[in-house]
Amino acid sequence: MKKTMYEKIWDSHLVVDVEGQAPVIYVDRHLMHEVTSPQAFEGLKISGRKVRNPHSILATMDHCVPTKNRNLPIADLIARKQIETMAENCLENGLNLYDMKSPNNGVIHVVVPEHGFVHPGMVVVCGDSHTATHGAFGALAFGIGTSEVEHVMATQTLPQKKSKTMLVQVNGELSKYSTAKDIALAIIGKIGTAGGTGYVIEYAGDAIKALSMEGRMTLCNMAIEAGARAGLVAPDEKTYEYLNGKEFAPKGDNWELALAYWKSLPSDTGAEFDTVITLNAADIAPQVSWGTSPEQVIGVDANVPAPESFDNEGKRKACESALAYMGLTANMPITDIKIDYVFIGSCTNGRIEDFRSAAEVAKGTKVADGVTAIVVPGSYHVKEQAEKEGLDKIFIDAGWEWREPGCSMCLAMNGDELSKGQRCASTSNRNFEGRQGKGGRTHLVSPAMAAAAAAAGHFVDIRKL
Amino acid sequence: MQPYTKHESIAALMNRSNVDTDQIIPKQFLKKVERSGFGVHLFHDWRYNDDGVTPNPEFELNKPAFQGAKILVAGDNFGCGSSREHAPWAIADYGFNTIISTSYADIFYNNCFKNGILAIIVSQAQLDTLMAEIASNEGGKFIVDLENRQVTTPAGNGFTFEIDPFRQGNLLSGLDDIGLTLKHVDKIDQYEAQHKQNYPWLWA
Repeated sequence: MKKTMYEKIWDSHLVVDVEGQAPVIYVDRHLMHEVTSPQAFEGLKISGRKVRNPHSILATMDHCVPTKNRNLPIADLIARKQIETMAENCLENGLNLYDMKSPNNGVIHVVVPEHGFVHPGMVVVCGDSHTATHGAFGALAFGIGTSEVEHVMATQTLPQKKSKTMLVQVNGELSKYSTAKDIALAIIGKIGTAGGTGYVIEYAGDAIKALSMEGRMTLCNMAIEAGARAGLVAPDEKTYEYLNGKEFAPKGDNWELALAYWKSLPSDTGAEFDTVITLNAADIAPQVSWGTSPEQVIGVDANVPAPESFDNEGKRKACESALAYMGLTANMPITDIKIDYVFIGSCTNGRIEDFRSAAEVAKGTKVADGVTAIVVPGSYHVKEQAEKEGLDKIFIDAGWEWREPGCSMCLAMNGDELSKGQRCASTSNRNFEGRQGKGGRTHLVSPAMAAAAAAAGHFVDIRKL
Repeated sequence: MQPYTKHESIAALMNRSNVDTDQIIPKQFLKKVERSGFGVHLFHDWRYNDDGVTPNPEFELNKPAFQGAKILVAGDNFGCGSSREHAPWAIADYGFNTIISTSYADIFYNNCFKNGILAIIVSQAQLDTLMAEIASNEGGKFIVDLENRQVTTPAGNGFTFEIDPFRQGNLLSGLDDIGLTLKHVDKIDQYEAQHKQNYPWLWA
């Protein structure tokens, strides 16, 4: 039988499949951060259970960590306790932790690939919905809840319902002004935030093959924003080249063995998917979200939609309430929207390629009056590389703040946040109400679009710069 | 986990779609290292005025008729966004043990069942009927019978719902998932031994 990549990974990880019980699958890698793990460790301790395979776990601290004055103790006492608890739990259970002081520290989904901890064909979980990122390597990677974190620690397995399969085929060539972020947003705009519910998406087509590994990570990262369990891209020469030589990548004879296995993973020609969606890359303009759900997104050359332009009542109501919250008027050009804040970073767009593309636009400009613009690298390694290339100087000369790594304003848990009514051009993944601070207004864009908005003080069509 | 028993409770109405986990429990409450005490923060940004303390009278769950409700009837794609289990912890701690909607985000749906919350899926037509009934009779009580997969309403808009028998059994018995999986520990051992042979580079 011809199989999709998802089916191959699923079949090879099935541990228990008995009548009347959810199938149980094996978990190869378990990623961790400070927010969704403490209650799992507590549960484990109460029940007297142990971590089954400590080597399968890599942990970091990212959500609550400050992005400035890292040498000082964390001012927020509850956050400090969470950070300390993480350190104690990792020490007690013998887990590999890149703590706040480690040169390897950063956002979990940026750090893990840097060290080659995830390989094609693995099952990877983390108490974080953006675990989907690692699908870029052809690994089945998905977010889980804290009870499931405990379950995986105790058993190295997880009861799972098998997903349906969706092929998202992106044909043709992307314009040089559009990025993986724009593909991700355009897909969500097309299928909606519940469009992928119950599915694992495989991204394919020339435009996907042409993406760098960083771009594929950005794309898969936002599979969850389309409601999908996970996103996948077939491994290819770019994947192998990226992994080769990394700390946790296979070495010597094992490299050859692994490579042969990885090459068997892509979906068989003619394998059937439950649903197929097709997009033409050339049609994807740089995207800007205008509402409070990632599906409320449109090309930068378009106007903010009017509620009556939707034929579905729910969407009409959602549009009305989003426009009210966002303080926008129907039919106004996207490029007329003025901003107060710019954030470049996050597990979506916090990698070296993102800062290169933003710096190219920021070079020689000045942040507009009244606008605060911050750059938050995804990890210390990204920061170091960017500094080696002089990108930090470009941003600082243009009036940006160059920060320490962390999740920062993607979810505003660490004190970096918008005040009520402030409007932000953000390279993160969610524009929900209050996500970047109560009453804050978020517009999701690519790094280059964010950099252009910082200089102009409003959104601009980077194709016309 | 408490076993889920048949109950008669007020059904509260939340006629909104795409209610995300950032609304259910905003991020400033995710720093705690305990599992309890999240109920007071449920829907914080909607529920309280700008002072963060006094209740916002405009917010639907603050209506006197909905106080003490155990059933939440909400629009589609409920629980989308982050994987935070703090969302179902807050919902359960507030007092809800049942949600009725047309659809849920995947991770949220799984998390509900791990915390004794029954998430019932109905058709759009059924949801519209239930919403209309609650709107015209706020404070009316529904009966939820999980064993027979049945919901009864005062106006006679009751229905039978589908649920995975495994999830149904676990909710009814209050059984711990981990214990259930560990019954198969020999299979996990066997799988792992084979796994080491097939994929030696993962164990190097």
